[in-house]
Amino acid sequence: MSNHFKILRPGINSTFQDLGRFGLQHLGIAPSGCMDRSLFSLSNKLVGNKVSEGALEFAYQGPLLELVGESAFVAVSGKVNFNIINKNNKIKQGAPNESFILSNGDKIDILSTINSVYGYLSIFGGFKLDETKGSVSTLVRAKIGPNNGDKLKIDEKIFFNTSSADLKTKKFEFDFDSDNTIRAMQGLQFDYFSKKSQEDFFSKEYKVTKLTDRMGMRLDGEKLENVISKNIKSEGITKGSVQTPGDGQPIILLSDHPTIGGYPKIANVITADYDKLVQKIPGSKLKFKLVDLGVAESAFQDYIKKLNLF
Amino acid sequence: MLKKISNIGDCGITCDFGDGVDKKTNKEVIKLFNFIQESVKNKKIKGILNYTPSYNKLIINFDLGEVTSGEVIEFIKSNDYSKTVFSEKSKLVEIPICYDEEFALDIKRLEEKTKLNFNEIVKEHLNTDFFVYMIGFVPGQPFLGDLKKNLYHDRLDTPRVKINKGSVGIVEKFCTIYTFESPGGWNIIGKTPLDLFNIKKREASMLSPGDLVKFKSVKKKDLLTFKNE
Repeated sequence: MSNHFKILRPGINSTFQDLGRFGLQHLGIAPSGCMDRSLFSLSNKLVGNKVSEGALEFAYQGPLLELVGESAFVAVSGKVNFNIINKNNKIKQGAPNESFILSNGDKIDILSTINSVYGYLSIFGGFKLDETKGSVSTLVRAKIGPNNGDKLKIDEKIFFNTSSADLKTKKFEFDFDSDNTIRAMQGLQFDYFSKKSQEDFFSKEYKVTKLTDRMGMRLDGEKLENVISKNIKSEGITKGSVQTPGDGQPIILLSDHPTIGGYPKIANVITADYDKLVQKIPGSKLKFKLVDLGVAESAFQDYIKKLNLF
Repeated sequence: MLKKISNIGDCGITCDFGDGVDKKTNKEVIKLFNFIQESVKNKKIKGILNYTPSYNKLIINFDLGEVTSGEVIEFIKSNDYSKTVFSEKSKLVEIPICYDEEFALDIKRLEEKTKLNFNEIVKEHLNTDFFVYMIGFVPGQPFLGDLKKNLYHDRLDTPRVKINKGSVGIVEKFCTIYTFESPGGWNIIGKTPLDLFNIKKREASMLSPGDLVKFKSVKKKDLLTFKNE
């Protein structure tokens, strides 16, 4: 039996992801892909993989995995509480954002993310995953991707590629941004909303609700009043769009978003703040700051510079 | 005609062809869609991630690390795509449909609204040459038009919680085919045994925006023996 992890507990929402599956949205296939590109890239870099290598994404509670076979060089990224349990059941607290070696029979128990949602597990050489249309991202809603397009399940096995190389452990002090300000540009239907609502959205607090997943983040706050039309002709969706249905409570569309939709969009979260946004747990109070394209583009350059530091 | 290009955040643009929800407008959208798809394939432009047509708009998403909205807009404006010759022409797809009462859940509702009887409704539907305006919401789900005016009807007041895969529904001038079991508010008139979407196939979606569709009536017993390739 080749090297693998045995899944003793799958976790709440553990899926394989890479940077996403593109060029298919016109056929109804959402991009999917990692929610937090910074942490996804970091976990890959820590084990010496290329940044686009598929990683295991977990949300809140992660998996409990047992290594069967030779040693593995792995890293967990994020604000994550996890333990390493060795063959003799000795428990050692794990260190996130740092690569380490697991030996045969070791278990890695990813207990929870801390005041954040997503974390990643990468392995040197990569997981053995079949690509679907050029990507190993999982889109559970449409059953597309590895593991028959599904979340990890108990007793399944995760195979990985073994590579022999000079393994040097690496550590990175990740600068977690705890600020709750999210920058956004005016949405395509910004004019559909009353003057007051336009101001409210960019000044009042909006709370992240529990109705939040990889598809979208529902917010709760000052009702946004639509003065033109509660529906628009269905149009293509862009990640980060803030759509507002008739009830006036905004929904931010995330990586597994529907491909087209018919609700007016008041704003669009900028790419540089997307990772920060998706890590906000229910109950977090967000404030949206209006910026223009120039600010968004230069913020993106800073964001990429930060990724290149890993 | 392309009326306006606007930004959607920092990694998307929308190409707006006006307010019309009609074939003429949509054909303009599809023309630009084909041009972008072709340009991506021939590496005439880099960094394009997705290009999603809808009734009257084409939304283009790109990797801001590779290309900016300014560059994408410039690319579109500097090309006369109306003269582009496309390698893949739109295809005509024949879709089997069974109008048996077991599947035609809303036929009574339609008979009342349209003042046509069941056979007349079926005949009108079969005689329509459909055009694929767009595909989406869920993988492979096509939005086809235009129905004959006498078949127009609104959405159900209360959408169904569950509509079976393969159900064919109509609302206003459009016809759709549910490619996955899902909730929905369309008037269901029949069922197709044809799998319109299969991610394992090279062409995952049988239909693409701009294709042509014609329905062909099949008997209920034919559904049992129907084989998807």
